[in-house]
Amino acid sequence: MDDHSPDAHAIECRNLWKIFGQRHLEVLAAARAGRVDKDAILEEFGCVIGVADATFSVAKGEIFCIMGLSGSGKSTILRHVNRLIEPTAGSVLVNGQDVMSLSKGELRALRAHKIGMVFQHMALWPHKTIADNVAFGLEVQRTDRKACRDSAEEALEKVGLDGWGDRYPDELSGGMQQRVGLARALAADPDILLMDEPFSALDPLIRRELQDEFLALSEKAHKTTLFVTHDLDEAMRVGQRIAIMKDGRIDQVGTPETIVLYPETEYVARFVSSISTLKYLSASEIAVAGEVASDAPTIGPDTPLPVLIEQLANGVDHLAVRDGADLIGRIDRPEILAAVGRDLARR
Amino acid sequence: MDLLLNPFDHFTIPFGFWAERTLDWFVGHSRGTLLSAKVPVQRFLEFVRDCLEAVPPLAGIAGMSIIGWLLAGWRLALTEFVCLTLIGLSGAWHDAMTTLSIVIVAVSICVVVGLPIGVLAARSDRFFRVLRPMLDLMQTVPSFVYLVPVVMLFGIGDTPGVIVTCFFAITPLIRLTNLGIREVREDLVEAARAFGASETRLLFGTQLPLARPTILAGLNQTVLLSLSMAVVASMISVAGLGRTVLEGIGRLDFGAATVGGLGIVLTAITVDRYVQALGAGRPRSRTGA
Repeated sequence: MDDHSPDAHAIECRNLWKIFGQRHLEVLAAARAGRVDKDAILEEFGCVIGVADATFSVAKGEIFCIMGLSGSGKSTILRHVNRLIEPTAGSVLVNGQDVMSLSKGELRALRAHKIGMVFQHMALWPHKTIADNVAFGLEVQRTDRKACRDSAEEALEKVGLDGWGDRYPDELSGGMQQRVGLARALAADPDILLMDEPFSALDPLIRRELQDEFLALSEKAHKTTLFVTHDLDEAMRVGQRIAIMKDGRIDQVGTPETIVLYPETEYVARFVSSISTLKYLSASEIAVAGEVASDAPTIGPDTPLPVLIEQLANGVDHLAVRDGADLIGRIDRPEILAAVGRDLARR
Repeated sequence: MDLLLNPFDHFTIPFGFWAERTLDWFVGHSRGTLLSAKVPVQRFLEFVRDCLEAVPPLAGIAGMSIIGWLLAGWRLALTEFVCLTLIGLSGAWHDAMTTLSIVIVAVSICVVVGLPIGVLAARSDRFFRVLRPMLDLMQTVPSFVYLVPVVMLFGIGDTPGVIVTCFFAITPLIRLTNLGIREVREDLVEAARAFGASETRLLFGTQLPLARPTILAGLNQTVLLSLSMAVVASMISVAGLGRTVLEGIGRLDFGAATVGGLGIVLTAITVDRYVQALGAGRPRSRTGA
């Protein structure tokens, strides 16, 4: 699925199953034998399949989006990483260690030191001040109070809320509250961020602003992030790779470009049909085979569409697409128009 | 034929007999243990009563008002001052102190026993399933029904009075502690876990503080029920305002009954406002001050 070496993985899920209900083991056996109809399973066993055979890994420093509609199991997968939910079968590895093998104390340490979590509805404790909210994860680790205060203030500074520490959550707007949520997750300087639809409760403008801020922050901090969202645009903006889920299964994992340009299943295709491919097309996808003139300008296979258009608009007759010395093909105005036409026809 | 038309004239299940036998058996086997279990309650009660009696009324009124003022401002101070002065003026001071000491001891025991039970009930569905019918039963049984087994097990007097009051008054505290903890937003609990809180820390740092308003409502009910039990408990020779009321009723002395009743109401207000102020803690954020 990806070519990183195993020890570079911050998070790894192997054949993860989660079935809710008393008769989960029977359902597991049935589902592994190929039964997939969730209504029939609910009827017969009274169980719900939350996650079905999910396998993926997230490289260190990568932002990995899990995207799907509500009830598709994306938040359930997320909660397996810090073992808020325990798997029915399969394993979850964090920094190479199986989270199910941890003792209670080790698990608490992992949650407090290594993993920060951001919640959909902020989940700030209303009876604590902002500073106490942010410092919570640090105080559980019993570091001294002064150090906790300082780290909390530092984290608040990162999200632009320095000086708000003595206020209470209900005195802040939704956007500010979620910044606090982010600060709380960052306070202990964890390796991994788990973000459970962090921006979906915010209005669109604030959401966009926070997405940008989050991207800027993560560019600096370089934290491995598992980002759950039901918003495809958000997934495309934020994720370096995206997993698309349906009914507990992962349909496809790939970069935003691959997902949009080469959907593997009908479901994914329908999902991404609203997204314009134009932004993701590059020279290699547009080029056609043919002769090129010796004076035609040479471009690389990854050259994005806008650059091609600009060059052709400057009066060049056609472009030669070359990967190193190998000729891939040529691009002229008809090819550009054909690409635009294909994109329009998709929608 | 009569057998079919009136079957219950011929066949009955001797519940009463069974209950009597069970109680007899229980009394026979455990009276000694129960009587010694009574001792710490008795000591506690005597201590509290001695403390309350040792304070001269005027000093008591002044002290309570000042503490009230420090705790929650002049409003509480004024309430305490008015209520306590009225109690004194109606000539019920000593009876009120006796009742107050019984209520203080009963409520303390209710808190010490009821709060942990409520917490357990909130954490275990199975435990709550067992507990719920018992709570229903305890709340349905008329208050004076508790008197019979308590008298048989513990005798008569003030200490059995405290015990019977506890049985009667503890249910709302258990119920509302359970409810309050269960009502804490799931994601707030999850967040505490996600940031590495232990179960103890989760309970004391997140669940109990957030459940506090509901638990306080339960405590309020417990306090009021303990006071309302004063009259009933006086049937097993418990001293205090309840006895004044009971004697008043017995002799058709409307005046005495009124004085006792008024005293109970005033004591109720005094205690309840105090408990609420103690529980409300420090005023919070801009709305509090």
